This record gives sequence, structure tokens and C-alpha cells, in this order.
Amino acid sequence: MLGYLLKRLFFMAPMLLGITLISFVVIHLTPGEPGVMEMEMNPKVTKEVRERIRAFYGLDKPLHVQYWVWLKRIVKLDFGISFAQDRRPVMDKIKERLPITVFINLASMVLIFLIGIPIGIYCAQYKDSLTDKILTSFVFAGYAAPTFWLALLLMMFLGVYLELLPISGLKSFNYAELLFPEKLIDLAQHLILPVGISAFGGLAGISRYMKGSLLEVLRQEYITTARAKGLPERIVLRRHALRNALLPVITILGLSVPGLIGGSVIFESIFSIPGMGQLFYMSVMSRDYPTIMGILVIGAFLTLIGNLLADVMYGLADPRIRVG
Amino acid sequence: MFTLPDSLGTITASKPMKKILIVILILASAASCGKTRETRLYDDPGKPTYGDTIITSSIGEPSNLIPMLSTDSPSHEVASYIYNGLVKYDKDLRIVGDLAESWEISKDHLSITFHLRRDVKWHDGRPFTAHDVMYTYKITIDPKTPTAYAGDFLLVKEAKVIDDYTFRVTYGKPFAPALVSWSNAVLPKHLLEGHDITASPLIRKPVGTGPFIFNEWIPGDRVVLAANDNYFEGRPYIDRYLMRIIPDTATTFLELKRYSIDMMGLTPLQFMRQTDYPTFKREFNKYQYLAFSYVYLGYNLRHHIFRDKRVRQAMSHAIDKGEIIDGILLGQGVEASGPFKPDMWAYTPKVAKYEYNPDKALALLKEAGFVQASDGALVRNGNRFEFTILVNQGNDVRIRCAELIQKRLSEIGIKMKIRVIEWASFVNEFIDKRNFEAVILGWTIPQDPDLFDIWHSSKQGPKELNFISFENKEVDGLLVKARHTLDQEERRRYIFRIQEILAEEQPYTFLFIPCANIAIHKRFKGIEPAPQGLTHSFIRWYVPENQRRYKSNARLSP
Repeated sequence: MLGYLLKRLFFMAPMLLGITLISFVVIHLTPGEPGVMEMEMNPKVTKEVRERIRAFYGLDKPLHVQYWVWLKRIVKLDFGISFAQDRRPVMDKIKERLPITVFINLASMVLIFLIGIPIGIYCAQYKDSLTDKILTSFVFAGYAAPTFWLALLLMMFLGVYLELLPISGLKSFNYAELLFPEKLIDLAQHLILPVGISAFGGLAGISRYMKGSLLEVLRQEYITTARAKGLPERIVLRRHALRNALLPVITILGLSVPGLIGGSVIFESIFSIPGMGQLFYMSVMSRDYPTIMGILVIGAFLTLIGNLLADVMYGLADPRIRVG
Repeated sequence: MFTLPDSLGTITASKPMKKILIVILILASAASCGKTRETRLYDDPGKPTYGDTIITSSIGEPSNLIPMLSTDSPSHEVASYIYNGLVKYDKDLRIVGDLAESWEISKDHLSITFHLRRDVKWHDGRPFTAHDVMYTYKITIDPKTPTAYAGDFLLVKEAKVIDDYTFRVTYGKPFAPALVSWSNAVLPKHLLEGHDITASPLIRKPVGTGPFIFNEWIPGDRVVLAANDNYFEGRPYIDRYLMRIIPDTATTFLELKRYSIDMMGLTPLQFMRQTDYPTFKREFNKYQYLAFSYVYLGYNLRHHIFRDKRVRQAMSHAIDKGEIIDGILLGQGVEASGPFKPDMWAYTPKVAKYEYNPDKALALLKEAGFVQASDGALVRNGNRFEFTILVNQGNDVRIRCAELIQKRLSEIGIKMKIRVIEWASFVNEFIDKRNFEAVILGWTIPQDPDLFDIWHSSKQGPKELNFISFENKEVDGLLVKARHTLDQEERRRYIFRIQEILAEEQPYTFLFIPCANIAIHKRFKGIEPAPQGLTHSFIRWYVPENQRRYKSNARLSP
């Protein structure tokens, strides 16, 4: 097991290097340059000023030199200084936005699993029943409805019309003056819509997985055997079917690790949540290379780790495919 | 398996659920009905008192609160409340003193001597002196400083601190925008000198001399400023200024309708229709003034068709500007006839106008050698009159403008295609490489009427702004003359003449100047729309005590 782990970790290095190289080249291929982007078509910006700013960012050097400089820094885990006009360390910018994104993603993932798995089980157990169809339509409606549309409708209804929930942001304007429990309530109120809506969109996937894999298991001969020996349906389902059916779901859990740091731009913009999605979008729009690369490296790393984690967990849960 | 009874069971089970849901909805709406807004008398102008908070919003987060290091408008908006320049524009766009009490221009028009106010203190209590101005000048022209605003200051031949409250700059040649270039924010020397300005803590915690003191910046969420008790023009009436960062305009509008922000710029549709209901009108005032920008259709003057002046004049006759304003801006704009807006001193109405007249357009085109083929298409030497207009993606107004123009041109037999392109490639691949036939773009109208960068024939290099390749000897001469005189009347004569030539030549078809439409909550009084806009009197805005909404117990002392 340990050997296997080491081997996998060892092979991750060249993969990560390849990912960064390709990303670096692709980003630099897009038209537009950092710092200069905001100054495009601005009469106050003379050509000399422009050249000066290019030199400041090191953009006057050839691409491979720029990559080498970047690589030398990144192996020391130094993500560099952002090219955006705030000139802050990339790490600070990411650190500032990571917690809220991870929190919303975790909360909605928990919600998705808590609701999606029972729905999946129910739908498999009572396949083709009316409730199955209603639930299926429900989860697919959540999957199909554009998030921004649903979000705006609910914001309008619950926020403007009923004045029950705040519309956007994370904290009320007087947050600093609130007592601690009030702060919690305030935060929670602000989070209901974003978490709820993002969970609604994710229900379909997990409940379908659950349903599919449970149906698959229910067709197995050992289930027939279990039923034949007279076990109550409850026991058959819980002890024999569900355990095996949950295996693929574990894989999904592992694979959703990189998703934890990703945020949707549209979603975050609408709720004005300062999360990773917006950071990434803004840095792409302003060609803020160090920030883009920083987020990509973290994302790539988490993806690879997530894959590994999924494999390892799968092996732990299912002795049949244990390796090494 | 037989599942019918089960599903029947769930149907009956879901019925009470539905009932509960309905009850919840009714309760919720009842609750909101009970929450009737206090219908205060916002019509009562009351007396100016200190207090309350104004909440505004911005779609982008400020990047850097040292304004010379940033070019984005949120940064400059926040910074404008924190810093002062030596001079500023008043509400009628005249240059008046800000940190400078007065100034003298030498007889040879080469140097300006500023006499600074003696009662100004930085937010940390240190006095403001001419050394701060000197530092700001030096750091601006320092080649190591990545600023976009060095251009005007590189023309300064000599800058000198005469005493603590006198500062003199000397130029190599008289330079018309010289005075106003000193409206840039002055930075505190005692906090910045000797440090790397690009890594200064002042980027996120600015210290200025302005009417508001920086209080708090929650990244991605808000920036809060507090009134400066010791402001040299008197303390602002409003206690706090809070800018919320809301990246989505639809959300911003919902927040406005919820009364959780106090001020927002509205689109024509929002201004005319979506805010036209009683409860909104009871809570908000809507203001309007001409924006500092115009939208134009620019022709590539090296293109074989648009090289001919008559063709461009014909195009201007063929386009119905009134229709564009009525249809797209819902009437919230005025026709543009040149590069200035009518309420500026540099503007002249006495230029050639191009009213919508397809017959005149056709006559001009025939003069230029085009004939109408049997199918109505305009043809010259066997080639159809066809071209492509480029528009940048995301700008709906311009895209719809292009569509209206397309329709009008097709009526007289011109085939026009529209191509929508993402901004970065629009600029880099098409504008910079002169790879276009016509574009719809907009310019910000500078408050100082210097047209040099856009119209002078020397400004055709890569990344320069005369990308349509406009070359006119007389205009070149006038631009230089206008730039190097400090006599406003003389300058005005040159600028008037330039406008006449531009109107005659029609290198652009000047389309329209949009209106800025602002909704502000009614409890704010003392707002005065002027050519400069609204915020010129911001420190004099007030909320009468009986209409105050936000009590703030977090008072800051400088």
C-alpha cells in the first residue's frame, strides 16, 4: 500500500509540471497583457508609460525565461505578487477568499449528500412509482434551471417582495456592531439562499448515482439469495445492498475535492460573495498571470490528490480492488 | 414489483405538505404586509445636521487606494473622498483651488506658482506642506513607479519648493492642461518617502487630506469611510460613506428596490420603466445629467471607400441619430455633433449638422461615384458598397446601435455586417493592427478639452489613439496651438475651429451623448445636478434629523 502511494505521488510531479507548463503558455497566448488591460484606449497613458509598466512586470523578457522565473519561485511555494493593481501577494488573495468558498461548497455538499442519497435510495426502492417520478423531476428541475435565474427569482421573492432574507453579500451593513449570536444569525441568513440554491443544482447528480448503483446492486444474485433466505426487505436493503451501492459514491466524494475550492462566477457575482470564482474570473479578465497560475496550480494539485484519495478510499472500502 | 399502493400513499402524504407550504406562504406575505414602511415626509427639507450613512455600490472592487497606481474607477471614486489635489473642477467645470488657495501664472506662461492652504492636516494630524506636493511630483515621474499618469508631469522642466506653503513648477513650453494636471491627488510624504510605494500599506489603508477618513475595507465586500471632523472646508454632514461591492447589476438593482443601498446609476430602461412605480418614487429621487462620454461610429480613413469625405458625410446623413436615442436610450441622451458635450465651455454648436436625410445621402454617394443597381444595391466600378462594423462584446447599447445603423444603411443600398468581438482581441487584433473598416466605440470626454491624443496625425503609432488615421494639417496646427496657450479665450477659438473641421470631415459619425441617470434616496438633501455631475457638493449633502436611517455609534476621531 505504501509503495503504491509513493509511486502515485512520484508520478504526480511530472504531471503537475506538465499542467503548469501548458497553462502558462496558454494564458500568455491570449491577447491582452496585465496592467495594460485597464489602460487600453486611455488617452492619459503614453507609450513610454506602457513600456515602463511592461518592464515592471517582466513581460519584456521571452516566455521561457518568464516561465523559469515563475517555476523557481513556485518550488519554494512562493506564488508571487499579483499583477493586478493592488500588487498584493497572490497567496494573501487566495487565503482571503478560500474560506468562504470552501465553506459554501462544503455546506452545500453536505446538504446534497444528506438529501440526495435518501432520494436516490427511495427512487431505487420504489422505481417507476409516482413519487419516484416526482422526485426525479424535482431534482432534474434543479439541475436544469439556470442558477442565476433561480437565484434572481428567489432574491426578488424572498428579498424584495417578502423582505424575509437579505439579498446579497455575507454581512449586514451594521455587522461590526452586532453581538456574537446576532452575527451568527446574520451570516446564516445571508447564506441560506446561496447554499440552498447551489445544493438544489447538485441534487440530481448524486441522487441519480445513488439510484443507479443501488438498482445495479439490487439485480445481483446475492440480493436474490438474501431475499430467498427470508430476510426482511429492510435488512436486505441496508445491510446487503446499500453498503455495496455506496462504493461509487465514495469515488464521487474523492473526485469532488478539487471542486471545493472552485466557485461559480455567475453565482458568486449574483450573491456578491467574494469567493474563488470571482477571483479567478477577475484575474483572467485582467490577465493577472501570477494569480491565475496560483489558482490553477492549487486546483491541479487538489485534483490529483482527489483522484488518489478516491482510489485509496475505494480500496479501503472494497477489499476486492485493494492494490499492493 | 407492485408499487401502486405505495405511491398512492405518498400522494395523500404530500397533500398536507402542500397545505403547510401554502400556509407558510400566506403567513410570510401577511408578515410582509404588516411591515408597512414608515411613510415619512421626505418632502420636508429639514435642517442640515450631522449624521447618517450613505450606502453606494460598485460593480468592481477598488484595486489600490493610492490613486496614481490604479486606473479603475472604483479606486478613484473612493480615493476622491480621501485625497485632494492642488486644484479641482467646480460644479460648472471651472478650475478652482483645492489644496492651493491661489496660484499665479508667470507672464511668459511657463511657470505656475501655487500658494497652498495653511490650515490643512493629514488624517493622522501632521500638517500638509509643499514638500508633500514635491514628493508626489517626484514619485510620479520616477521611472520605477508603475503609474499611468506620468505623461503630463514629464513635461515639467523644474519643480521647486519655495517655502512650506509655496510651490512652483516651470514648463519648457506653455502647456494648456498644465494647471489641471495638478488636480491629481497629493500623497503624504511623511508616510511614503523612503519606502517602496508599490508595497506601501497606504494602498489598502490610505491617509489623505480629504473630507472622509478611511475606516475599513472588507475585501470583496465593502469599503467604509468616516467623516473628517477637521476637514478644511468643513466637516461633511454625512457621517459615513459605505461602498458595497456588488458585481452584478441585477442584484444591485434588487438591493436598491429593497432600500438597502441609497444610490445607484440606472440604465435607461430602469430609469424610465422599472422604477416607475409609487413606492419607489416615494423613497427615491431620480437625477439626470449629461454623462462625460460620447459614442461614435469611426471609419478607417485608409479604407478605399471611407477615404472619401463625401461617403462619410453621406453615412452621417443616412443614420438616424434620433431613432437611436429614442429606441435604445429611451430618449435619455442627446445627439452628438462633436467631441464635447453642450454644457462645456469648449463646445460650439456652430458646426455642420447632418440631419437624417437618405436623399441627401444618396446624392452625396452618387457624387462619389456610386450608382444604384437594379436591385437597389450601391455599386462603384462593379464593387458593392459593403463593409463590416466591429463592436465590442458585452456592450449592448453599441450592438443595438449597430443593428439600427445596419437597417438604415440597407435602405439606401449599403450592405453592412456586424461583428462582435471580445474586448482584448478587439483592441489588440483589430484596432491596433488597423484591421477594421468601421467601429462603434465611445470616448470619455475629458473635463479639460485637450484633443491632441485622439486627433493629431502624429498619434497613429501602435497603441496610440488616432487609430482611424485622421490626418489634417490645419487640425494638427490648431491642436498644438491650443495645447500651448494658457489664454482660455484663445484656446477656445482654436478648439471651435477644430470642431468645425471635424464636423465637415466626419472622420467619425458622432452618434450621441448618453445621460447619466442616478437614483438617490430621498432623505438626502442638498443635491444639486450640474455640468460636473452630482458629487461636487457631496460634503454638503445632509439628512434631516427626523429622516435619519442609520445611527452609527462607531464614531471615529482622526
